[in-house]
Amino acid sequence: MNATPNATSSPRRRRDLSWLIDNERTLGYMLVAPVVILLVVLVAYPFSVAIGYALSDRTLADPGVFVGLDNFVELFDNQIYLQTLRNTFIFTAGSVALRLCFGVGLALLLNETFRFRRFIRSAVLLPWIVPTVLGTMAWLWMFNPNFSVLNWMLVHSGLMDQGFNWLTNPDLALFSVTLVNAWRGTPFMAITVLAGLQAIPHDLYDASAIDGAGKVQRFRYVTLPLVMPVLLTALVLSIIWTFSDFGIVYGLTKGGPMNSTHVLATLSYQQGLASGNIGEGAAISLTMLPVLFVLIIWQLRRIRRSTVI
Amino acid sequence: MSPPPKRQFAPLQPGEIRSTNPRAERWLFFYIPMGFALFFLVGPFYWMLITALKPDSELYDGSKSPLYVAHPTLEHFRYLFEKTEFVTWTTNTMMVATLSTIIALVMGVPAGYALARLKFRGSEFIGTAIFVTYLVPSSLLFIPMVEVMAQLHLDDSIWALVVVYPTFLVPFVTWLMSGYFRTIPTELEDCARIDGMTRLGAMLFIAIPLARPGILSAGIFAFTLSWNEFIYALTLVTASSERTIPVGVIVQLTRADFYFWGPLMAGALLGSVPVAIVYSFFVDQYASGLTAGAVKG
Repeated sequence: MNATPNATSSPRRRRDLSWLIDNERTLGYMLVAPVVILLVVLVAYPFSVAIGYALSDRTLADPGVFVGLDNFVELFDNQIYLQTLRNTFIFTAGSVALRLCFGVGLALLLNETFRFRRFIRSAVLLPWIVPTVLGTMAWLWMFNPNFSVLNWMLVHSGLMDQGFNWLTNPDLALFSVTLVNAWRGTPFMAITVLAGLQAIPHDLYDASAIDGAGKVQRFRYVTLPLVMPVLLTALVLSIIWTFSDFGIVYGLTKGGPMNSTHVLATLSYQQGLASGNIGEGAAISLTMLPVLFVLIIWQLRRIRRSTVI
Repeated sequence: MSPPPKRQFAPLQPGEIRSTNPRAERWLFFYIPMGFALFFLVGPFYWMLITALKPDSELYDGSKSPLYVAHPTLEHFRYLFEKTEFVTWTTNTMMVATLSTIIALVMGVPAGYALARLKFRGSEFIGTAIFVTYLVPSSLLFIPMVEVMAQLHLDDSIWALVVVYPTFLVPFVTWLMSGYFRTIPTELEDCARIDGMTRLGAMLFIAIPLARPGILSAGIFAFTLSWNEFIYALTLVTASSERTIPVGVIVQLTRADFYFWGPLMAGALLGSVPVAIVYSFFVDQYASGLTAGAVKG
């Protein structure tokens, strides 16, 4: 062997310790252990604490006692909770549907060739990258009852005589917070789908064009199937994030008016920390679990089935 | 007025029928939808900027057009720096984001490497478990986390956030990096091992340097995720001097029924600028990082 002195001597020198850093199994466990410990201490343990709380009548002032499933039973008798549950589903379904339409549309637009492409691509990412609640403050100001710029534009363009009560009308407020959530989530959907679009080999379009496929057919039979895995992943993540979202509703309405915009996360904050009914608050947040569980299992099965995460 | 449009169409494909009026089609299917998209997505930031620069006299005068600013002023920014603890919040946010990003990378990059490259019993289960914790939302854990931080004597200081943020950053970085490492060919590491390098050495000196673009985008994500985090920052820290920008701005500048709109928008703007700049430089890594994580090579 024509190796340098350094290369021949170093393995011998390290032999005594090499099992530690050269054995695949030992090294694997060593590298993964810190992460596992962190997640056990700061995710699994708090999660078990949450379950303990949810099964007790703990408040801020009183550690409470075990009450079994009483908290959960009471929730399903509680009109505010039931309304919150309904709101959360409407909020999630509405926001994700809007994100999907806007996001896929925007991705197709960004996939075209045009001037200032790089600049525009960065600009449309803004709602996704800035701190959620700070972006939400701009909307809060745009929805202001007296100085709403949206109403000003609607009235001055002659579309309406009077503006909307975006956040103070209980019938409209849930739509408004849903719209803002879709605003924030659209860029993520768009940039993910765009990445999927750009990964499609161009020969496929050429081949299908030679076979006589038109624009619509090419989208239906080439683009859509190939983007679908990425699209579904973005969709699952969007559903999970929207379903558990806190910042948008907290920033805009804090659940009001008349609980018409409360979602599970904001109600559990209000009951658990603001009002101090820790047991009830923990129970409310844990009722997110069934939906999250189904989504996570579905996503895991998709990963197993294909090479695509 | 506008210059004649340059040819911006894909070359005509065989068998493709091009519309008789490509220019009208371009407007209908590109410029108008793009205009709406920009209005919807970027409009609020224009409004934020305009408001931050407007003197109060213009801000609350319904007779003037709200869409532009006649006499720009920096009074709201001055208020932000002199009458609030904005500078402290910025320092706190910087510190929390930097430290938790470093922790996330130091723990997540090797773990991602191990999951992608090393065969050990239970690796698949551990990988799945880490991925699942990435999907567990913080709104499920913030109530018990208050108690856990008290047990660790970290309540009411930014150190609570430095400890808690890695709980969602580390799974994210691990997941992203294990996807990225899988896209790097193993040949170079194999060569190094034949030349006598240990597995650890191959990771440290061969694989990690090759993975720099992936690590960079993972770091950017982690930094902005911690910069933007809200629910833990709101619930784990209550002292004003320990707040981060998102919480400080919201809590201090919105009181019951009274909102300091000018300073509020100025604070929202300044709190958004750092992440916006970071992203505008790294937008390509952002996209490639996402695909590396999303689609294995």
